[in-house]
Amino acid sequence: MHINVNGAAIYAYTGGKAFDAAKPTVVFIHGVLNDHSVWALQSRYMANHRWNVLAIDLPGHCRSGGDAPATVEQGADFIGALLDAAGVQRAALVGHSWGSLIAMEAAARLKDRISHLVLVGTAFPMKVSPALIEASQTDPEKAMRMVNVFSRSTLSAPPSALGPGTWVFGAGMALGRKVLRSNPQVNVFHRGFVACDSYAGGEAAMAALTCPVLFALGSQDQMTAPKAAQGLVKAAQAAGKQVQIAHLPVGHNQMTEAPEETLAAIRDFLAS
Amino acid sequence: MGAIATASGQAALHLAIATLMGAGSHIVASTALYGGSQNLLHYTLSRFGIETTFVKPGDIDGWRAAVRPNTKLFFGETVGNPGLDVLDIPTVSSIAHEAGVPLLVDSTLTSPWLIKPFEHGADLVYHSATKFLSGHGTVVGGIVVDGGSFDWDGPKSAGKFAELTQPYDGFHNMVFTEESTVGAFLLRARREGLRDFGACMSPHTAWLILQGIETLPLRMAQHMRNTEKVVEFLAAQPFVSRVGHPLLDSHPSHALAQKLLPRGAGSVFSFDLKGNREQGKKFIETLKVFSHLANVGDCRSLVIHPASTTHFRMSDDALAGAGISQGTIRLSIGLEDADDLIDDLKRALKAAEKAGA
Repeated sequence: MHINVNGAAIYAYTGGKAFDAAKPTVVFIHGVLNDHSVWALQSRYMANHRWNVLAIDLPGHCRSGGDAPATVEQGADFIGALLDAAGVQRAALVGHSWGSLIAMEAAARLKDRISHLVLVGTAFPMKVSPALIEASQTDPEKAMRMVNVFSRSTLSAPPSALGPGTWVFGAGMALGRKVLRSNPQVNVFHRGFVACDSYAGGEAAMAALTCPVLFALGSQDQMTAPKAAQGLVKAAQAAGKQVQIAHLPVGHNQMTEAPEETLAAIRDFLAS
Repeated sequence: MGAIATASGQAALHLAIATLMGAGSHIVASTALYGGSQNLLHYTLSRFGIETTFVKPGDIDGWRAAVRPNTKLFFGETVGNPGLDVLDIPTVSSIAHEAGVPLLVDSTLTSPWLIKPFEHGADLVYHSATKFLSGHGTVVGGIVVDGGSFDWDGPKSAGKFAELTQPYDGFHNMVFTEESTVGAFLLRARREGLRDFGACMSPHTAWLILQGIETLPLRMAQHMRNTEKVVEFLAAQPFVSRVGHPLLDSHPSHALAQKLLPRGAGSVFSFDLKGNREQGKKFIETLKVFSHLANVGDCRSLVIHPASTTHFRMSDDALAGAGISQGTIRLSIGLEDADDLIDDLKRALKAAEKAGA
């Protein structure tokens, strides 16, 4: 479905179910150079198990119009506007990578409107190597290859997310090319990386949370290594937040490399 | 971005077509196709309301002119059967994309070692894995591969591919392009065509093909080394009137092959003897190293004489119409010692020449 947010048509995959204001809502937020489809199993499952699902394409990405967020804070503002536009009073937020920072910042701003926060493949600070940021601008194809090599712990993922016979490296490259091509005005690859790299509000956001938080971390993640999330975990624990941690035995693409385990972690946490 | 293994190469082709279209649709296809593909498009699919316009692979204006409002697919072989016409994939794919349709390429005779059609603009690729991928003539199988690049609901293709862009009642009203930004084709193919038509690959077949693929680079390199020597030998024989391989300057696809297929244009090709049907038959019967078989892409060298076997019921005129002379011989060069192959061909050429005396 498309939702008009700040004058732009924003696409949200609903998992094949019509939006029902009577149900609880979960918003899935993708990372850099991704779109809603990275949540294939998790979003469809939740939609078929009593949740409203809004698996969005961020503004300026794929099926969504509008200007791509240049900062995490802009992304967080957008999430608030999305909930308003959709008429959702309270929602759970699930974000991956860059999307996890947007989800965290949005949860900090929206306070009680957020029931749960799930941070998949997160880190703070989420520093991106200067070489990768530069390549995303000057040679996106090369940068995509780098990301797809660093991101993955297997080339043969379980079939429950993308289907049997999917070559996840090739699928990642094809998705990256499509997302990049979808916005002729802005290099969303470079813009997303700069937004991750420059975000400084992680600890303050964590302190401001009013909802429980789940960290879903890939033990073989080379993009956002589990140790890079420890600062946030400790900050959350020190601030007395309800914290859960799920260790997934995969790389940075938790949703496709460990689809069942990632789903189980999200499902059980949202049921709590 | 992914692939589906099927019961045969023909099953892969049918799965690709049936996933993208139904009655009332139209395909633009190369004339230079494997006979089974020709039959499928020309006779069988037309019974189900899918029409095909055939275009010579090198007729670029013809590809463009054949497009209709209901065209859903362009289709050709990397190197066409039997003359090894090389498909100009970059040009033909750009015409297809301008028309908002994908280009499907049969890469059976080239395998991924000789060309990767996705890198040149193809959108879907399929193989008869019976040939080079398995490599040993022991198994029948196919595979259809999606490059994940085609925009099924892009501005130029809007409204053409309802099978992928509209809810499918047969699978929970799934909209495949929404479900997967890059894998919509394979999702529908697996959740409809493979399920309903049932032409899936058996596990044992998959194992044999996977084992074959492990040695594909080694085999292809040797196939091409042997082919080069055999083509060179045949081109120098007075009893041979034509050798149809793009290695030779005289072949119409020579320049294109140099560009798209720098490692070679395959090891399956034909040549013409200066003789009649009986001499062709004698040539085949004299060969000892070459096996007389209709298969191609085997590790063993294979030969067939169409006029006395696959096409023996055809009149001389009909043969000529199909581009086959009475003396046309098709070879599939294997992995044996090239000197043994050339010695075998020498003996057979001599025997065939004598048979006409």
